[in-house]
Amino acid sequence: MSGTFENPEVIEESCDILLIGGGMGACGAAYELGPWIEASGENISVKLVDKAAMDRSGAVAQGLSAINTYIGTEQDPADYARMVSNDLMGITRDDLAYDLGRHVDDSVHLFEEWGLPIWKQPGDENKPLAEGGMPVRSGKWQIMINGESYKWIVAEAAKKALGTENIQERVFIVKLVNDKNDPSRIAGAVGFSTRENKIHVYTFKACLLVCGGAVNIFRPRSVGEGTGRAWYPVWNAGSTYSMAAEAGAELTMMENRFVPARFKDGYGPVGAWFLLFKAKATNAFGEVYMDKNKELLNDYPPYGLAKVPASCLRNHLMMKEMREGRGPIYMDTVTALGDLAKTMTPKEIKHLEAEAWEDFLDMCIGQAGVWAGENIEPEKTNSELMPTEPYLLGSHSGCCGIWVSGPTDIGAPESWSWGYRSMTTVKGLFTAADGVGASGHKFSSGSHAEGRLAAKAMVQYVLDNKDWTPELDTPVEELTSDIYAPVRTYLEHKDYSTAIDVNPNYITPRMLQFRLQKMMDEYVAGVATHYQTNAKMLDVAEHKLGMLKEDAKKMRAKDLHELLRAWENYHRILTAEAHMKHIQFREESRYPGFYYRMDFNIVDEENWKCFVNSTYDKATQTWNCFKVEHVDVVDKTQLMK
Amino acid sequence: MPTFVRTEKCDGCKGQDRTACMYICPHDLMKLDKDGSETGHAMKSFNQEPEQCWECYSCIKICPQNAIEARAYADIVPMGGSVQPLRGTDSIMWTIKFRNGTMKRFKFPIRTTPEGSIQPYEGKPKADMANIKEDKGFFNNEGKLPYEGNRDELILLK
Repeated sequence: MSGTFENPEVIEESCDILLIGGGMGACGAAYELGPWIEASGENISVKLVDKAAMDRSGAVAQGLSAINTYIGTEQDPADYARMVSNDLMGITRDDLAYDLGRHVDDSVHLFEEWGLPIWKQPGDENKPLAEGGMPVRSGKWQIMINGESYKWIVAEAAKKALGTENIQERVFIVKLVNDKNDPSRIAGAVGFSTRENKIHVYTFKACLLVCGGAVNIFRPRSVGEGTGRAWYPVWNAGSTYSMAAEAGAELTMMENRFVPARFKDGYGPVGAWFLLFKAKATNAFGEVYMDKNKELLNDYPPYGLAKVPASCLRNHLMMKEMREGRGPIYMDTVTALGDLAKTMTPKEIKHLEAEAWEDFLDMCIGQAGVWAGENIEPEKTNSELMPTEPYLLGSHSGCCGIWVSGPTDIGAPESWSWGYRSMTTVKGLFTAADGVGASGHKFSSGSHAEGRLAAKAMVQYVLDNKDWTPELDTPVEELTSDIYAPVRTYLEHKDYSTAIDVNPNYITPRMLQFRLQKMMDEYVAGVATHYQTNAKMLDVAEHKLGMLKEDAKKMRAKDLHELLRAWENYHRILTAEAHMKHIQFREESRYPGFYYRMDFNIVDEENWKCFVNSTYDKATQTWNCFKVEHVDVVDKTQLMK
Repeated sequence: MPTFVRTEKCDGCKGQDRTACMYICPHDLMKLDKDGSETGHAMKSFNQEPEQCWECYSCIKICPQNAIEARAYADIVPMGGSVQPLRGTDSIMWTIKFRNGTMKRFKFPIRTTPEGSIQPYEGKPKADMANIKEDKGFFNNEGKLPYEGNRDELILLK
């Protein structure tokens, strides 16, 4: 039978390993799984489910102009772990960062082999990185690429590795299901097709949950058409964090956020401008705030005193200028390009101009649109910078996510490892990339490598659980009924009013998102309060979020597209709630420049140099936050000036 | 910069059930208006939720008719500029038109191998189950870590 909007078809499938998501992490896993499965001699089945099309899904969909994590021969994995730690104000899992650091380059070498153009030093143009070719570095960890087709290339390898018959695109997984006989185990996942009236129910032994970070939980600076011009991809709806939380997985550092300072309105990248073109950021009067306000860094030892101060502190120095009325903030592109041009031939200058534009065209075309519309040529006109609305992620300069099992061979505490690399505290539930918390700075290459690390461990897990059969703890009828509830709500009430968008019996996903964004912005340290909050404001947020969660049950879906939005926003609410609860629990301001608890406006090393972890109880819909001891696995003193 | 579809150029991917732009859009924005009931233009696609467009240009780059363009976000950007690519198999050409008429053109490589040519495991060693432990690298590293760091850096091992 074929399904209808009123009565969708239910398709039940089982496999050994389900990959949920299609971004860099999932592509890494898809690549690494095959050879281990073959070597195991067992018949282990794998399925990948992506809500979009793998060629252009995830955060790299648009392309990238750099690979931000390539260790190379100049540095040790320990240097990388140190950098990650300092940039995230000291509270990261060194074991995870170090392990990533010693693996990540292998993925970059594959990308180059598959066809990704990587910039090389003169003389090394035809020498692959794997054979010692020297890259063009825009920073200590970054290498420049021609990355328009980066994801297309990585997806091609992943699709071939897995076989297209094992890939299901345009199915959005919305809930994980625990095992009937062991609630601490994962047994299945449910979702729906955005193309056909079909609900998909999967049972499996293990799954990799890699659905990216969380975007648009805060009111963005642009609220008209520009809403979509988020810095991180607008389709990242917090699905990773919310589904893991509902399945009982322990989250970590959900108070962390990233507030990138980017070119205003288009959110174009600044990395190449700072690192490659040596541009300076100034206030409206041409004063370089990183120099002018450098004494503020002394307030935050040791993180402010490192050779490269933490990202949030660089924002902190900028925000002083904005708060005190010396904005707008500018990237001084005119001086930078002028200085570079002094020693260059006209041909070299033309090449430099192309590089500057490519930085946008590879990864943030919208910024090129802003410059074209505003007649901005960077050699003639400086461009404004602006700190964005907050984002939640674990792969860029952020470290919120899920608490996972780490490697055992590098001296980390025993409690940081429980058998399988990248497994969450729920048996069989693995994650990578934006999903792995308390690490960060993996970026595209590290996300791919982390997917591979998880894949390897998943094969071992499946082999160790060969005789175990998953059983869903909830009847399929109940799961499917839940998923299509917004459709039923719509069909039942749509004729009550003449205009379908204004109806007291339901709320549109769009308006629900506005409500979420407004409360997060105004009470949980969004741009409206200049990233400031306090316990009283968080109390208000908690109250309002509670009612929003109740009203989420009354979301409508007039078509499959709106059903997609309804569930994305459900995921956003839970992620936002986790963020709020963690900020409420951590009574200090760990990330000045990203957010300020004005009632505890210090970095309190004595009481809060620790992880904050949490679990969510699906039955009572309540969070439990708690402290987890932090230790250094690598020495941090070398970071200092 | 939401994308828009040029009425004259879109052929609805010749009456197939779904268009290239629908296939590729990461955010499920492009939609084929089969009977014209939504746009007045039957069998042509349109951006059904422009304020959710990330302007990733995936639809623009993939459209076989070059029928899709982007118009800068109306709530942010002055009118008149445009940024339009033409994506080939090994390079992409960009034409940027400023509001004041200034034009810029750039061409960048996008890949060094033919599309579809990747043989993911060709020339790679097979995995060995003896190396499935975490300190033995990926399947292709033959039991060694890709990068064995200086163990003295691991202070808790001392």
